[in-house]
Amino acid sequence: MSVDGKFGDYGGQYVPEALMPAIEELNDAYERYVLNNEDGFMDDFRARLRDFGGRPTPLQRAGRLSKRYGREVYLKREDLVHGGAHKLNNALGQVLLAKYMGKERIIAETGAGQHGTATAMACAHLDIPCEIYMGKRDINRQRPNVFRMKLNGSEVNPVTVGRGTLKEAISETMRDWATNVEDTHYVIGSVVGPHPFPSMVRDFQAVISEEARTQAHEQMGRLPDAVIACAGGGSNTMGAFAEFVEDDETSLYAVEAGGSTLEVDEEAGVAPNSASLTTGSEGILHGARTLLLQDRDGQIMESHSVSSGLDYAGVGPELAHLVDTGRVTAVNVDDDEALTAFHRLSQLEGIIPALETAHAFGYLEQVAGPDAPADSDEEADDLGEFVVVNVSGRGDKDLESAIEETYERDIDIAPNMDEFTGGL
Amino acid sequence: MSLEDAFADGPAFIPYLAAGDPDYESSLEYVEALERGGADIIELGLPFSEPVAEGPTIQNAVVRSLESGMTPTRFFEFVEDLDVSVPLVCMTYYNLIYRYGDNSGPRPFVEKAADVGIEGFVVPDLPAEESDPLREACDEFGLDLVFIVAPTTRGERLERIMQQVSGYVYVQARLGTTGAQTSVSDQTDSSLARLSEYDVPKAVGFGISSGDHAERIVRSGADGIIVGSALVDIVAAGHEDGDDPGTVADRLETLARELKEGALSGASQRPPHSERT
Ligand SMILES: Cc1ncc(COP(=O)(O)O)c(C=O)c1O
Repeated sequence: MSVDGKFGDYGGQYVPEALMPAIEELNDAYERYVLNNEDGFMDDFRARLRDFGGRPTPLQRAGRLSKRYGREVYLKREDLVHGGAHKLNNALGQVLLAKYMGKERIIAETGAGQHGTATAMACAHLDIPCEIYMGKRDINRQRPNVFRMKLNGSEVNPVTVGRGTLKEAISETMRDWATNVEDTHYVIGSVVGPHPFPSMVRDFQAVISEEARTQAHEQMGRLPDAVIACAGGGSNTMGAFAEFVEDDETSLYAVEAGGSTLEVDEEAGVAPNSASLTTGSEGILHGARTLLLQDRDGQIMESHSVSSGLDYAGVGPELAHLVDTGRVTAVNVDDDEALTAFHRLSQLEGIIPALETAHAFGYLEQVAGPDAPADSDEEADDLGEFVVVNVSGRGDKDLESAIEETYERDIDIAPNMDEFTGGL
Repeated sequence: MSLEDAFADGPAFIPYLAAGDPDYESSLEYVEALERGGADIIELGLPFSEPVAEGPTIQNAVVRSLESGMTPTRFFEFVEDLDVSVPLVCMTYYNLIYRYGDNSGPRPFVEKAADVGIEGFVVPDLPAEESDPLREACDEFGLDLVFIVAPTTRGERLERIMQQVSGYVYVQARLGTTGAQTSVSDQTDSSLARLSEYDVPKAVGFGISSGDHAERIVRSGADGIIVGSALVDIVAAGHEDGDDPGTVADRLETLARELKEGALSGASQRPPHSERT
């Protein structure tokens, strides 16, 4: 794993000069506190993850899924982390680091609102003021999370430029940072952005695979054959993979949002998906060289996913590199499959997953489900006998949009709500 | 004429406009009006969809320009169609430079830029740490690479930038993004002081909007002033009000002249050179 910020050709630091001193300062803090545990930072972090965050999360055997897919399916329950998603691992780590660095103000961007919520919670917990940038469109899709951020005392700033999703929110937060860089820390929400963010966020999220690895040994007496996680920016993916990267016997699957189709409308500058690992090309965005959804000229495309947390035109540089080198397999699941998986997991296991997370389950269904095409046998075999799926978050935040999307799309296994019309 | 030469006869006035804002034809007129107003160098923006260093004014200009169909290929045609004789600097983000041509780095873009007569680049998201490939291509084709020095830039970083910079150094007057301001930041003076020992022209930008600002900044020792948002505001207002492009061009020329005269007046109030250093 890299500490110089380069993963093959990916990574680096492509930011306005005004931010470079802050990034150097952050890099120095990352090396001292995170990598070398100076002043007991990592001990403090681990204790807070336990007491405030509710860790460790279980590695739970999913009986009905195991039966459906003809193999042992285990769930790494990040949905049980305080706040309802893996995002707290990183937010708590970064806000704590900002405190150790003597910063006085936190800013963050958010897509699904989970990162914003986690940051707002960490800031309330650690008593530091916080402002969060969120695309207008995402605010409409994720109202419960907007309310949660405000409940925790954070300000939420709507971003109206462009299509009003995560990409625009990140740009806007960078602008704030460039203005207030001297006393402000930008808590980036995934393994993206300029070095040291991709490495640092991975390290904070690596607790997922660290626990899963130990739990697998305890519960199964061996390592899993496969780990499956959904990839937006790639933080829960990298967190779930980090400690397995050296274990060649464990296959790693990053499931991207296939949106409505993998076809791209170059003319309109729109990718109706967020599958930058599968269909993207190399470029430079938001501080790093990585795989991006872009047109022939290098203009960034508008992405799409039914889940706002995956709706981003880029992906973390380390994940892009692991896919290039063949260590991680990138696959994708479309909006309908994800929505169907959302209902299926709720019905079969009593777990309502985030729409982001549902993509990971959509992949299991795609290759190993009862209706899987015959030619997916090989892919199903590749998953092996013992599969861990990272349940990156719970779906409470998505209920409003899930109701809407479900009826727009005629998901056949969805509950029938017609009898309640008018009463709802 | 090289970029450095443009500073030879006193303070340089360096206006910025986004090429193609709000449309190709009007934009040609607007850029030409800047030269009539006294521009010594013109920074031409090639719009990128994620302009993170830009404030709302230029962000909106970028949107208008992209919507009017501006692309890197059109940009080079635009430069060829322009009837100006002052040196042109291309201001854009690294992804467009990196992706042009065979998508294997900055060389094809630089070659084409040299071919149409561009003299240099400003790339706000390319710090000195990542600039070697572009620097090499610029050296090969004889173009300058202008770097931005921020109020936060000091010590080793300043050293590294000053080793790489050529043409002029872009002194960012205050923290934050581009955008016209009503007053001049004190950060400018300390930035200029930090740079005084380096022998390259120093042009100050970010927030300058009037002849008075220009005068004050040049009096403090700047070798040039860079003005973007205040000019883009004129383009935006003209576009919104549906004004005739000729009228908008006249307004641009008028403000350009005011800025240039402010700069000249600032230079005349400076202590003689020997006392300044
Ligand atoms: C529950 C959940 N899973 C996954 C993601 C995607 O982000 P990442 O790929 O960084 O884990 C998000 C983002 O908001 C999320 O809320």
